[in-house]
Amino acid sequence: MTHSFPWLTVLILLPLIGAAAVFFVKDPSARLVALAVAVADLMISLPLWWLFDASSGNMQFMESALWIASPPIHYRLGLDGISLPLVLMTTVLMPLCILISWHSIESRVRSFMAMLLIMEGVMIGVFSALDFVLFYVFWEAMLIPMYLLIGVWGGPNRLYAAIKFFLYTLTGSVLLLVAILVLYFQGGHTFDILQLSQGTYSKSLQFWLFLAFFAAFAVKVPMFPFHTWLPDAHVEAPTAGSVILASILLKMGTYGFVRFSLPMLPDASQAFTPLMVVLSIIAIIYGAYMALAQPDLKKLIAYSSVSHMGFVTLGLFMFNIQGIEGAVMQMVNHGITTGGLFLCVGVIYERTHSRQIADNIGLTKPMPRYATFLVIFALSSLGLPGTNSFVGEFMVLIGTFLWSKIATAFASLGIILAAAYLLWMVQRVAFGVPAPHMLPKLRDVDLREMVTLVPLVVLIFAIGLFPNPILTRMHPSVEKVIARVFPPAVEQISTVSQGVHNDAGSPHGEAKGFTSTEVEGKQP
Amino acid sequence: MTFSVGDLFLILPELLVITAACIVFVLDPVLRPSDKDGLVWLSLGTLAICMGLTASQMSAPVEAFSGLVVIDTYGAFWKLLLYFVTGLTILLSHSYLKEERLYFGEYYGFVLLALSGMMVMVSAADLLTIYLGTELMSLSLYVMAGLKRSEPRSLEASAKYFVLGAFSSGILLYGISLLYGATGSTRLPAIAAAIAGQSLDDPLLMFATILLAVGFGFKLAVVPFHMWTPDVYQGAPTSVTAFMAVASKAASFGAFLRVFIEGLGGLKANWSAIFLLLCLATLVLGNVVALVQTNIKRMLAYSSIAHAGYALIGVVAAGRLDNSSGIASVLLYLALYTFMTFGAFAIAAMLRKDGIEGEEIEDFTGLSKRHPVAALLMLIFMVSLAGIPPTAGFIGKFYVFMSAVEAGMTWLAVIALIFAAVSAYYYLRLVMVMYMREPSAVTDSAPQLIMSPTLSIVLACAVAGVVIFGIYPNPLVQLAMQAVLTLR
Repeated sequence: MTHSFPWLTVLILLPLIGAAAVFFVKDPSARLVALAVAVADLMISLPLWWLFDASSGNMQFMESALWIASPPIHYRLGLDGISLPLVLMTTVLMPLCILISWHSIESRVRSFMAMLLIMEGVMIGVFSALDFVLFYVFWEAMLIPMYLLIGVWGGPNRLYAAIKFFLYTLTGSVLLLVAILVLYFQGGHTFDILQLSQGTYSKSLQFWLFLAFFAAFAVKVPMFPFHTWLPDAHVEAPTAGSVILASILLKMGTYGFVRFSLPMLPDASQAFTPLMVVLSIIAIIYGAYMALAQPDLKKLIAYSSVSHMGFVTLGLFMFNIQGIEGAVMQMVNHGITTGGLFLCVGVIYERTHSRQIADNIGLTKPMPRYATFLVIFALSSLGLPGTNSFVGEFMVLIGTFLWSKIATAFASLGIILAAAYLLWMVQRVAFGVPAPHMLPKLRDVDLREMVTLVPLVVLIFAIGLFPNPILTRMHPSVEKVIARVFPPAVEQISTVSQGVHNDAGSPHGEAKGFTSTEVEGKQP
Repeated sequence: MTFSVGDLFLILPELLVITAACIVFVLDPVLRPSDKDGLVWLSLGTLAICMGLTASQMSAPVEAFSGLVVIDTYGAFWKLLLYFVTGLTILLSHSYLKEERLYFGEYYGFVLLALSGMMVMVSAADLLTIYLGTELMSLSLYVMAGLKRSEPRSLEASAKYFVLGAFSSGILLYGISLLYGATGSTRLPAIAAAIAGQSLDDPLLMFATILLAVGFGFKLAVVPFHMWTPDVYQGAPTSVTAFMAVASKAASFGAFLRVFIEGLGGLKANWSAIFLLLCLATLVLGNVVALVQTNIKRMLAYSSIAHAGYALIGVVAAGRLDNSSGIASVLLYLALYTFMTFGAFAIAAMLRKDGIEGEEIEDFTGLSKRHPVAALLMLIFMVSLAGIPPTAGFIGKFYVFMSAVEAGMTWLAVIALIFAAVSAYYYLRLVMVMYMREPSAVTDSAPQLIMSPTLSIVLACAVAGVVIFGIYPNPLVQLAMQAVLTLR
């Protein structure tokens, strides 16, 4: 199904043009212009959800034009069921990022807004590029705006965090470039991702290419032990930067695995599965343990990201429908939930100018609405049934169970630990006794912040209760990926989501009663 | 040797440039100071005419002066690039010399003379003619480097450049003479024919190859023949540095490739091994030493050394490939390198700190507050130099690495790319200083950038090249590929 309207080009170009446009207005109105552009981009992206043909695993909304004649590099875009949710997640989150920065960013507002919009265009480009060089251009083009977001508008230690982020990700990506070039010559002189995904490559070549891909994607995810840039970058970045990093940039790494490593290098992917599983489980448990020990809210969420992204990589390398669909679900869920958590931290930081848990205790009384949001996001993050993360994590665990029971047991440990660090954090932040000198600062969430947070809450429950629309769109595309790894389709699973609902008890049964009443009690 | 008047038409651009240089020399003492801007416009006008003439000379090789000179698309590619750089140099100098209070009309004459030398270099098909062109270029540059007569550093730069330049010319000549001894000719096609019949292990040929490589190595400023570069680049007036870093490097690559492909193409296996070593040394040393520089001109000097290393990757690949993609990648790399390096030098030239030239990287502190546009442009140049898309620098690196992978040297691409990541550190340090540091209020005064209409034109041209060719490089890629096809 091809559409004559160049949806994706518009989605990419609109924010980029908007970024240029904000330089032509005065600082205060730059916020409005940026918001208008981001909302317009969101509005343009929404129809894609319904225009998307869920019965097809092929690329849709395809666009193609010759970009460079020799070697043949195309400007080629398209979406399938894996990239569609990620693009929509991006367009949903960006207006929220702009809203949350409304007052917290006061210096160089225009440049800040321009950077956010550039990031938006480039990230949509990453998720929709179907030419490997084009993908790489987008992949690397986000480095500089992100570097500036952290380095110019970040916290006290921003210079260190910015350059660390930059060098880590750049070093990983340069190896990806070599791999792309090698694939060009080995894969029939083309950079076409779809064509390269059809090719067969020798096992030794796949081995090296996998390592090169791994260098780029694992740093971005970040997988243990390449995660050390993440806490620094998250902590120092401004709120919007943290949201973009956690919600969207990290997904570029896992997206890389599912779009490139799995279909292009099926043999190597299988051969590396044990390593990937071990690294994922280490990330799940280690990230959770580190999160337990953090006194800084942002650091806590950063390490929880390491843990949650471990579930994504774990699910991807299970090569079954549940595992991969769960992983992609989890990519979207983590984007929404962690984005929400970072927004919450941003809200409280605007008031108390501290991210320390110790400085932000007992917020329920002075800020009841805020506490409600925080609890909802925390419960979603720990995978409470009825929220989005439950669906993703549960599917990943089913997928893992089919492969190895021991691995599942270890991974489940991560969920228990997640409950521990998140509930402990909620207990302190929401239910302590606030320091008297803090009280005057603790205004409750205002309308702008409500507008920022409510969409995410809606999405959390919408996906948590009705995951099927996403899953059905994803299904044919994921089957295609699996068919590449196991040429005759091995797994035949019908509607997984139903199973999810019926099974809503198992690992979380205990938490359910407590948390759901909490949520209801806090609803305004 | 026969002489035909038609040959003169073929070298009309060279003649025009030399004539313009002479007119500048003659008019300079006569003109009143207020009229001396006319010399700038005269020079620019000449360049524009030459550009038109050279654009019409894009053709299969036509020999002139019994094969001493050959007019082809390959030479035209370099000449167009050189006109462009020379034009930018003249425009930049117009502001820069005023700011530095260096009023020398001859300056533009020397720029044009150097240009004519470069033009001879890239279209000569005879080793001695190439040598003549090299000397014409170098002698003019020696003078230009010492233009700040009152400043010891400038004089030191000039003297150092002269001594080492003369030394390298000697080595080059020695190589030429040995090659003449081995093959009986200094014409490139004749040399190629003679080599075809000889064994690759002929010690005389090998020795001649090495000497030529060393001689050109000095001109290209590749490690270990780079020692003069940082001092000369730092001491010379910045506009001259920009000219040297870009134009003289481009012209040297032009002549160097023609000699080694057209003349010594039969010895590919030998010279590609030599250049592989030089390339690795250049990449490592250039990038690593640039890390610790605190002076912007020295940093850019090491960066330009490192970039010669990246271009050499294409040369090494060309030595192992049967097609011309390796050489095309070198042409493309040098062309794209032009925009970003010249842009960076132009901003460095016009940066003033307490009234004098701000040469330290620290002098850029807080530039983004004072001159947001200039800081943004410098950011773009730095990002491009680091090879990050969507800028010209990425396209250049992409093609060079592609030819390396095509030639089966994936490991070389990996090493080079890792050093590209290293280079990002020092390029970004400048960005960090400009954007993320505030000048400390008491001790530092904020940096000033002297803007002028001519500087705006220079920066606009440079940034347009970086951005446009970063996003749509196709025309330049095609041109480079056509140019290489005319190499014999």
